Amino acid sequence: MFQAIEILGLRKKYKRFTLQDVSFVLPAGHSMGLIGPNGAGKTTIIKLIMNLIRRDAGEIHIFGRDVIQDELAVKRRIGFVYDVPPFFQDVKLRDIAKAMAPFYPTWNQSIFESLMSEFELPREKTVKKLSQGMQTKFALLLALSHDADLILMDEPTSGLDPVFRRDLMQRLNGYLRDSSKAILYSTHITTDLERSADYITFLREGRLVFSTTRDELLDSYAIVKGGHELLKESYRPLFAGCHESSVGVTALTADRKQAERVLQDQAVVERASLEDIMVFLNHGE
Amino acid sequence: MKIILSNASPDPIYEQIARQIKNQIISGDLEEGAPLPSIRMLALELQISVITTKRAYEELEKEGFIDTVGGKGSFVAVQNVELLREKKMKIVEDKLNEAVREARLLGISYTELRQMLELLFQE
Repeated sequence: MFQAIEILGLRKKYKRFTLQDVSFVLPAGHSMGLIGPNGAGKTTIIKLIMNLIRRDAGEIHIFGRDVIQDELAVKRRIGFVYDVPPFFQDVKLRDIAKAMAPFYPTWNQSIFESLMSEFELPREKTVKKLSQGMQTKFALLLALSHDADLILMDEPTSGLDPVFRRDLMQRLNGYLRDSSKAILYSTHITTDLERSADYITFLREGRLVFSTTRDELLDSYAIVKGGHELLKESYRPLFAGCHESSVGVTALTADRKQAERVLQDQAVVERASLEDIMVFLNHGE
Repeated sequence: MKIILSNASPDPIYEQIARQIKNQIISGDLEEGAPLPSIRMLALELQISVITTKRAYEELEKEGFIDTVGGKGSFVAVQNVELLREKKMKIVEDKLNEAVREARLLGISYTELRQMLELLFQE
């Protein structure tokens, strides 16, 4: 069984930014959220997977196939949902489908028709008459209609309201009921990921900080709150990042159990949110 | 089957799931041989990661509460009556242990605690 995505030592150099030897794996049947501050390299990775830009080093395999050598075969299996769907603004939705279908041997018109009704999208309207949320939904619908095995999305939920976002996430999770499929999306809306991503990959300044299961992350990291005594030198190794104010100290630990053992009742230890982890690690070093 | 997850709880989500299913098996709400939802279905219903539900089922399997039959899904295992009784005792013992610890901490004597228990039991 091949991994849905296997990235090894990926490098891409720009004038002011370098994606540095990034490696991670996404097993089929799972979803992965790509997070990190702006400029971390999320979009660069997605573009490299889509072979829209040239990599300087490393390998990318999608279901076991190289994205450059087997470009066509790979792309047929990917459903790419852009942050701004690149559709012609004056074309009706049903005509866009007609134009796309010939490119995909696996295009399924009846899935397209039934999803149009399910997603409540107007066949006869032009793209420019759709809200941003509807455009995203339509882009996803097209990916589902050609039976993509890997859905790739760059910031799919930014600019969407919470109700719409949750609806979208639910549909994506429903799609994963088929365990041969996989989803990778970049986002900075971490609450969406907390809800349902299986894996979280965190990038900062072109480097991989971690790529792990969400469970492991949320069960091992914790927020520690206490007085200024937490700043003691001997406690330092416990914390991955900390924030000091006039009334106390808030810190992030990567080892909840260890922190609880060492600090005992000197501090309050509570579950960290993904946002906490992201913010603290970003300022940490 | 009923599962309520708490984000405020310090317990990992998989543990919360495993514990609740376990309790429903012990109490008899989930009967022997009853089918459980697939890990994918349960993940979808609870809006959580499939890795979490998989881990919860693995725990339950390890403890002998459920059986997983390849291609068919997971079922409540046939429970050994003796074992089941032991498990029930263990649950109460754990709770009593907690009460004893708390009593010691608060300076309540064994006699007082026993009186309390007697009263509570007769209610």
